[in-house]
Order: sequence, then structure tokens, then C-alpha cells
Amino acid sequence: MALSSFAGIWLAAFLTLAIYSFLYKDNPVYRLAESIFVGVSLGYEIGLVFYRTIWPNLVERLLADPGPNWYLAIGGILGIMLYCRYIPKVSFLGRWALAVYIGYFVGVELMQRLHGDVLPQVRDTMLPLSSLSSVTFENLLIIVGVLSVLIYFYFSKPHTGILKPVSRIGVYFIMICFGASFGYTIMARISLLIGRLTFLVEGWVKPMIALISGSG
Amino acid sequence: MKRQVPIVLCFLTGAFVVVAFFIGHPLVVDLNEKLDELLIIVTAFALVLGVVSFAQHHTKKIQRKQKDWRNSIVSLTSLGLMAFLGLFESMLKSGAVIGDRPAFDWLFTYAFTPLQATMFSLLAFMIASAAFRAFRIKNVEAAVLMIAAVIVMLGRVPIGQYILPHSLEISEWIMNNPNLAAQRGILIGAALGAASMAIRVILGIERPYMGGAGD
Repeated sequence: MALSSFAGIWLAAFLTLAIYSFLYKDNPVYRLAESIFVGVSLGYEIGLVFYRTIWPNLVERLLADPGPNWYLAIGGILGIMLYCRYIPKVSFLGRWALAVYIGYFVGVELMQRLHGDVLPQVRDTMLPLSSLSSVTFENLLIIVGVLSVLIYFYFSKPHTGILKPVSRIGVYFIMICFGASFGYTIMARISLLIGRLTFLVEGWVKPMIALISGSG
Repeated sequence: MKRQVPIVLCFLTGAFVVVAFFIGHPLVVDLNEKLDELLIIVTAFALVLGVVSFAQHHTKKIQRKQKDWRNSIVSLTSLGLMAFLGLFESMLKSGAVIGDRPAFDWLFTYAFTPLQATMFSLLAFMIASAAFRAFRIKNVEAAVLMIAAVIVMLGRVPIGQYILPHSLEISEWIMNNPNLAAQRGILIGAALGAASMAIRVILGIERPYMGGAGD
């Protein structure tokens, strides 16, 4: 085993055990690993953003062919304007850049939500109820579920009269949904736990035993 | 002036994107694509705002020797090291190497990945303790939630078939019918809410970009 891999496996095992030490109680070793995690995550994000976005989309393209790519400089200028918020005299420039940024993404969000979420979901809820079969029952269940959940989230009118029982049905649908999501999340987390325990046994303990016993 | 300009800029960019969605003229499409490219770059720059805020917070902690200030040094050092290696590699297309791997990649594999996976797997225990409190059946709603969760969990593991026969089929049915209906209702409601908020921002009724300066 190469020394770098050996050191890496020990580092990974130490960090894994340090995080799990929290299961006993909060302790300095856990907090150390937590601090490393926070710093490394943010540092990784910076590296990734620079490597995948700023360098190829701005710097490289401007350096390679500035003529047709001149407009990219506006993105750079707007990006730098965001930092004007740290200079009180020109802090208003930061708000200008932020306004363009928010305006654009809000516009995209508006169209994506309406065109990508609302319309397809409404279309998919218009299900046939024309025959007596289990499929019709399931379709009816979906239609009732969608409408009752929407009524539960409709706050412009008090939930009295006919709205009250319908919104109650909506609550039961939401509870089933939350329960199902909860079950799914638990299974995903347990899968990660099994992965980490497998690493500790197969990736750390066993190779070390093999190394010590001279067969690795 | 300082207050009106951002409102006008937000309106113009937001309205342009909405209008461009309906107009297929090459000029408008080209302009929209260019705007998209520009704002991806601005997004990347915006990340640094978060980094500055993070660095300010931890630097203050270290200066004032507040509780756990030593851990702040660790956080800032890990941040600096990882960011430096990432930037270095992007610019030079080669950088520091540990063994046969780039140092950035080495740290990603042996520090970032195990830390992230372990931290999230730790949540399995937290969720289990939260479940103990949540699943104490006090009313019909809690019972419905618990039954759905248990069936879905049993449906995901082979042993579930022995504990509850047909748990996989029941779990699939729950996921594809009542769960789907509720998810769809929530999605439509949330999308309509987000769309109405977007209209309020474009029209300048909500001004999140002002940071409290022009409300």
C-alpha cells in the first residue's frame, strides 16, 4: 500500500471515529472534526466554483478570445460590485448588482415554477374516472388527495363549513406523505451508516491486520 | 436615485426573462443566453460573500478568545488549505501532489468524503431519537404518520417481507398513491406561492436586495 493511501485511510478512519464519538457525548475530538468539516466543505466549494465556473467561463474565455466574449466582463464587474457592500461610500453599488442578480433568478423561478411545476402537475392530476376498476379508485384517491391538500394550504378563507372536513382529509394525506418521507430518510441514513461501518472494517481494520501480520 | 435604480434594474431583468420566455426571436434568445452566462459568473462571485462572513465570524472569535476559539483556527486553516489547493489547481492545471494524486483530490477523498458521509449517517441516530418522541401516538394523525413510516421502512429491507407480508407492495402503493397526491398538492401550493413571490419581487413590492435600506 502506498504511503499516501495509508495516511489517507488513517485520516479517514480517525475523522469517522471522531464524528461517531459524539454518540457518547459532545467532546473536543468531535468538535475538532466538526471544525475541519466546516472548513474543508467551504474550501472545497470555493475550489469547485473557481475551477468549474469562474476560471473556464470567465478567465479562460476572456483570455482566449476577448472579442466575442466581451460581455462576460459585465458578469465579472457585477460580481465585483457585490463586494462594494464592504465599502460604506459605495455600498449602494452592491445593491445594484444584487438587484440584477435577484431580478434575473426571480424571473427564471417564476417561469420554471409555472411552466415546470404547476402546469405539468395539474395536467397529470386530470385522470380518467370513466370505468369501475382499481385504477379508477387510485385515480380518484389522487384527485381527492391533491384537492384536499391544496385546500388545507388555502389560508385566504377560514376553514369552516365544507372546507373544514376537506382540509381534515388533506391533513391525513400530508401525514401519510410525511411518514413515507420519514421512512425513506431513515433508510437512506442507515445505508450511509452501513457504508461507514463497512469502511472501518473492510477499508481500515482488515488491511491493517493484514499489514501487521505480514500478508498485506 | 440610490433606491430607485435597484428597483428599476430588478424589474427590467425580471421582466425581460419573463418576456423572453414567450418570444422566440433570435435576438431575444441570444440576449437571454448571454444574461444566463453572466449571472452564473455573478453567482460564483456571490459565494465569496459567504466566505467573508464566515472568516469575519471566526476571526472575531479568535481575537476575543471566545469559547472554542481554537476550533475556529482549525476551521479557518482547513478552509484556507482546501481553497488554496483548489484555486492553485484551477489556474495551473497542476498543483501540489500527495503520492500519485493531486492534493485537492486527496483531501476530498480522505477528509471531505468521510466527514460528510459520517456526519449524515450520524443523523440516523438523531432521527431515531426524534422518531421515539414523534411516534408516541397521541392522536389519529400521529398514528397515520407512524403506520406510513413503518410500512415504508419495512418495504425497503428484505426482512420486512417476513415481518409484514406484502410490505413491499403496500409500500409501493403508498408511495404511488396517497404520498404522490400529497406531494403533488404540496408542490403545486409551493410553486404558486413562489410564483406570486416572484411577481412581488419583480414589481418591487418585496425588495430583498435592499437589505433593509429601502423598505
